[in-house]
Amino acid sequence: MSDETVNIEGAVCAPPLPHNEQIVMGHGAGGRMSHQLIQKAFLPAFQNPALQAGDDAALVEPGLRQKLSISTDSHVVWPLFFPGGDIGKLAVCGTVNDVAMLGAKPLYLTAGFILEEGLQMDTLQRVIESMRQAAEEAGVQIVAGDTKVVQKGKADGLYITTAGVGVVRDGVSVSGANAKPGDAVILSGTIGDHGIAVLGARGELGFQSSLQSDVAPLNHLIEAMLDVSNNIHVLRDPTRGGLATTLNEIAAQSQVNVVLNEQAIPVHPEVNAACEMLGFDPLYVANEGKLVAFVAREDAEKVLAAMQKTRCGEGAVIIGEVTAEPKGRVLLKTALGSTRVVDMLAGEMLPRIC
Amino acid sequence: MKYVSEYRNAVLVKGVIEEIRRAVTRPWTMMEICGGQTHAIVRHGIDQLLPPEIELVHGPGCPVCVTPLELIDKALAIASRPDVIFCSYGDMLRVPGSHHDLFSVKAQGGDVRVVYSPLDAVALAEKNPDKQVVFFAIGFETTAPPNVMSVLQAQRLGLKNFSILVSHVRVPPAISAILDSPHNRVQGFLLAGHVNAVMGYHEYPPLAEKFQTPMVVTGFEPLDIVQGILKTVQLLEAGQVEVANAYQRAVTFEGLKPAQAAIHKVFMECDRKWRGIGMIPMSGWCLRPEFDDFNAEKRFDVGTIQSEESPLCIAGQILQGLKKPFDCPAFGKECTTENPLGATMVSSEGACAAYYRYGRVELKGQSVTS
Repeated sequence: MSDETVNIEGAVCAPPLPHNEQIVMGHGAGGRMSHQLIQKAFLPAFQNPALQAGDDAALVEPGLRQKLSISTDSHVVWPLFFPGGDIGKLAVCGTVNDVAMLGAKPLYLTAGFILEEGLQMDTLQRVIESMRQAAEEAGVQIVAGDTKVVQKGKADGLYITTAGVGVVRDGVSVSGANAKPGDAVILSGTIGDHGIAVLGARGELGFQSSLQSDVAPLNHLIEAMLDVSNNIHVLRDPTRGGLATTLNEIAAQSQVNVVLNEQAIPVHPEVNAACEMLGFDPLYVANEGKLVAFVAREDAEKVLAAMQKTRCGEGAVIIGEVTAEPKGRVLLKTALGSTRVVDMLAGEMLPRIC
Repeated sequence: MKYVSEYRNAVLVKGVIEEIRRAVTRPWTMMEICGGQTHAIVRHGIDQLLPPEIELVHGPGCPVCVTPLELIDKALAIASRPDVIFCSYGDMLRVPGSHHDLFSVKAQGGDVRVVYSPLDAVALAEKNPDKQVVFFAIGFETTAPPNVMSVLQAQRLGLKNFSILVSHVRVPPAISAILDSPHNRVQGFLLAGHVNAVMGYHEYPPLAEKFQTPMVVTGFEPLDIVQGILKTVQLLEAGQVEVANAYQRAVTFEGLKPAQAAIHKVFMECDRKWRGIGMIPMSGWCLRPEFDDFNAEKRFDVGTIQSEESPLCIAGQILQGLKKPFDCPAFGKECTTENPLGATMVSSEGACAAYYRYGRVELKGQSVTS
């Protein structure tokens, strides 16, 4: 190609590193890069049926009367405190919710703390108190823990890893693989609140908002839903990667198509405004107190009504439905009446959001 | 959202599309110059709603996509230095240089930070006097005012540790290059409204006249875009060559004079290579010599870098509107948003990323439109 003229036949572009050699931030964003990391690095080493099911929690049957739901979740959110929550509340709710998404009643948590030398004792106390309150609200006990301290500069204040166990309700079978054509897709409330609230708390964006993170334990909401229906097929909380990524996971696991109605998806005006400014799509922004449920059509209204009676589900709405084809895809009917595909989050969006 | 939702009103948009349907009598090919418009068109599915006579081709208006490889390699070299805090808009982190990208530099310990404004980089320079803070100043005319303001602000503060790596490009020379090509198919242009908000549109009538091509200043919301298309169709059908303004709430003929004055104080026109397209004479802006102190290319001697492109994708032809993303054999297969082969797939304004993210690969030839 000549440097002097416009190259009309031009066909030049360099292939970048696929980032197979080292970890980059995108591997932790909860989107496709995270999935590929799990597929390539973790699954081949640890393969077993519970892990391979690919749900937020593992369903195990250790020969007891009831099945157990087990999950774990690490928390590196920054800043440690943000409107509506903090790393402690997040660490409790994150695991409680993952355990509950199999239709289980979460019972016990463990908590591992990685503390940075120099962390203020007062800060740690506030986080512990917040965990106590969140555990009380969720009705779980934190029954074991561990503490490690690393040198100044080797961690950023405080990281928390929690693990949890719960018992699956009798007769309940909920999994990301259970979505069926005809199911209604129910969302428990507005999307993107957590991601934008944390981003706002970083104070880097030059805007202030009254927006609160939605971080909350969802197990009581799930109990209320299971109380009224035996036809709840899928429950999942759209955390990192947002609603779009979660629905793509379910569409792929269940080999179905999810069709969303853009106008039905509730978004807080402040989240919308922030997303417009920053060039984000609310469909990809993290939530910590929302769930999507795939429910047999005939039970959808009943489940919706039960959800709307709870604090965490009062904004619940039906946002779409499941069809058979094209398998593994999420489509969105736009407000203008056209249709487009909604893909999984590709790379990094907002680091350290949970 | 106020002043946004009104321009996404489905009833109004459909009304304008109906008008387009009535106005069009034969096929027309028009180019939306700006990548932001490409994304809005694909995200809202506007192209699916247009009558089949109208073909939209996607222009080179994605600053991330056209930033030359040599400059990205230079950015990577500067960002790798231990004394540097390298600031960039987020999209640039994934754009491939010859061998790696800014994400890799970051993973290797380089201090690479995403900022939303160049003034944030100036603030970082103030806070870190022992570090060199470099801002990757890319973009079209739209981002020029904040970028030059960062230099003027740093000068005012007497900062000795702030510089910018400039890769600025301008729309009019690009339009000229596209229309001058013997392969050109574009009969009308939707101009990039945000660029015109700053620069006005007084630069365009001579271009429209020279190439006998109508142009319409167009905004970014669905209603803005269909109004721009309608006006372009009306001009084409009437055989009128003029530059019309369909984005009057933001754009005047003269543009923002103080912003233009600031730009011309700091920048001067220069030749600029566009990635995938080639050298377009006087199509860029670079720092005037009196601002050499703030010129990262002058401040850092990064030695000779061998930049090499591999001929693996057709981004060049896509950026010129000669091909559509799904014409590329790698599209959606080897080349995806998480493993992009070219800048048009990387950038949030890139045409390939728009097509991929919003599923044009599946929708092509398939009836999923409601």
